Amino acid sequence: MKNDIQSEAYLRMLKIRGFEQAVKQLVTEGEVPGAVHSSIGQEAAIVGACMALADNDYISGTHRSHGHPIGKGAELKPLMAEILGKATGVCKGRGGSMHFTDTSVGSIGESAIVGGGIPIATGAALSAQVKGTGQVALTFFGDGASNEGVLAECLNMAAIWKLPVIFFCENNGYAAVTPAKNTHGQPDVARRADGYGIPGVIVDGQDFDAVYAATQQAVARARRGEGPTLIEAKTYRFDEHCVGLFINGAYRPAEEIAHFMNDRDPVTLYRSLLLNGDKSEGDLNDIEVVANGLIQEAVSFAKESAYPEPEEAFELVHANPISIRR
Amino acid sequence: MSETNTRRMTYLDALGLAQREELEGNPDTIIIGEDIALYAAGGAYGNTDASRIRSAPISECGFAGMAVGAAITGLRPIVDLTIANFIYLAADPIINQAARLRYMTGGQFKVPVTYRASMWHGQANAAQHSDRPYPMFMNIPGLKVVCPATPEDAKGLLKAAIRDDDPVIVFEDNDLWGKKGDVPLDTEFVVPIGKARTHREGSDVSIISVSGCLRHALKAADDLAKDGISADVIDLRTLLPLDNEAILGTLAKTGRVVIVDPAHRTMGAAAEIAAIIVEDGFDMLKKPVKRVVTPDVPIPFSPPMEAPLYPNPEKIAAAARELM
Repeated sequence: MKNDIQSEAYLRMLKIRGFEQAVKQLVTEGEVPGAVHSSIGQEAAIVGACMALADNDYISGTHRSHGHPIGKGAELKPLMAEILGKATGVCKGRGGSMHFTDTSVGSIGESAIVGGGIPIATGAALSAQVKGTGQVALTFFGDGASNEGVLAECLNMAAIWKLPVIFFCENNGYAAVTPAKNTHGQPDVARRADGYGIPGVIVDGQDFDAVYAATQQAVARARRGEGPTLIEAKTYRFDEHCVGLFINGAYRPAEEIAHFMNDRDPVTLYRSLLLNGDKSEGDLNDIEVVANGLIQEAVSFAKESAYPEPEEAFELVHANPISIRR
Repeated sequence: MSETNTRRMTYLDALGLAQREELEGNPDTIIIGEDIALYAAGGAYGNTDASRIRSAPISECGFAGMAVGAAITGLRPIVDLTIANFIYLAADPIINQAARLRYMTGGQFKVPVTYRASMWHGQANAAQHSDRPYPMFMNIPGLKVVCPATPEDAKGLLKAAIRDDDPVIVFEDNDLWGKKGDVPLDTEFVVPIGKARTHREGSDVSIISVSGCLRHALKAADDLAKDGISADVIDLRTLLPLDNEAILGTLAKTGRVVIVDPAHRTMGAAAEIAAIIVEDGFDMLKKPVKRVVTPDVPIPFSPPMEAPLYPNPEKIAAAARELM
């Protein structure tokens, strides 16, 4: 049974937060191959965007990939198994942390190429338009990707063809360890929309309601056939660029990090908002218990799952297979 | 095939026919490229509805990537990149997305996208318009790469590419665009990807040809015949996957091999073909493998410098004679 919007939003934010905390724990246990990038701090932006979409709408995303499919409603167990490189992983151990894809919830690919998901979603929107399905596509990208030329190309093509796509920038202020203020001619990515004659909207990415409302408007516009919207959610990454990355030198002021973690935590803010509304402490505790249970199940499932056999590396290269020499 | 089932037409018209048949025959097929509105207005895509003909801004990376997104969500895009050098601007989505999305997602997608790239060499267009870049893409697992050398194969391989559920790059030899040949009119005619074709049977020397070098190889074979040298000429047609059986089959007939490849020498298609021959057919070789290829210099503008760089019948025949 689908909960009311608020309960569902809170649950999804908790699932992202808990998933990322569990992944960080698994990293310390030495269970995780490769790099992982945590979405902690950006939950309201992700869930606000995803909740405004229908189940069969498309999303694409980034190397900071975990939150997006979770926000779209993906089952956690195959995602956690993928993190550990297990055969039961959502991508059968071929993608890993940076490349979550779960087509069962419309997640058509996170990409470790910065900006790589942008044309993918724009193309999915083209499909929806040509086939007349009424679906929309939303692509998550960061402030770093906003400087890739492919964003300019896709904004323009989406504008001239009125494609049902939402360009959703999670501006967390830093491209890896480089501040956006050093790489952007002016601070607002959303203002670039003017150059393509489409709406550009800035929202507080720590505020679920603001993100949800802005994305709903963009989705409605897209479904009406009026074309794309560029949304910029101003948000913040609580963790380092990459879990376990030790940066030699401060690139973020300690006060800034403390300010966001203490006063601008999207999960805490939303919890307070719900308590001030018609939710009780007991209601929220119930949701937290559910979220924790799902995380624990996912971790157990991932740990207990088998690794793929080495020979499986030769499978799924092509849809119409060709002979591949061992 | 009876005459009523074929029509004599140019290589370019054969490509156009393949495209129109596939656009008209399958509502999921779309075409994206620069300047194509003009061709649409000229009737190039028949009665295909306008929403499936996307005349794009000059944004190769963007529309090559959008085609991947469209392919994984149910369309069969044809991307006309026009001049092959422009494929470098689109290389990221072709390599990082099209070639790998199926694999990286554990088989959640098929990626039925076709990229057309025309190799405009030998026409005084200088180094930024004259590349034959297929060897680079032979090094990308997940792709398929074809190089038709006749109008019939141009139609059949482009149709096979569009119908294939994997990403295929069709490298056209622009020097062949105006050349004519008999082309099957059957709308179900396709040339299977991965199969070479023997154009001439022989017993003394094998000439293994890539792309438009086929006509030079056949001319060389005529010249060699005058000297009593019998050449077996095969056109590989597909470069990824290579038809190893055909390569080793012609070697078994002759024991002598000349590989003719218009790409540059270092790591060209000929290098991989030669490696297959020495790895799997060494005992059948009577003489070392010869390569007739383009030297490792950027293609110059001035015709007296450009023309001698490419394989031609004289170079091919000379290489074959050295093996006798």
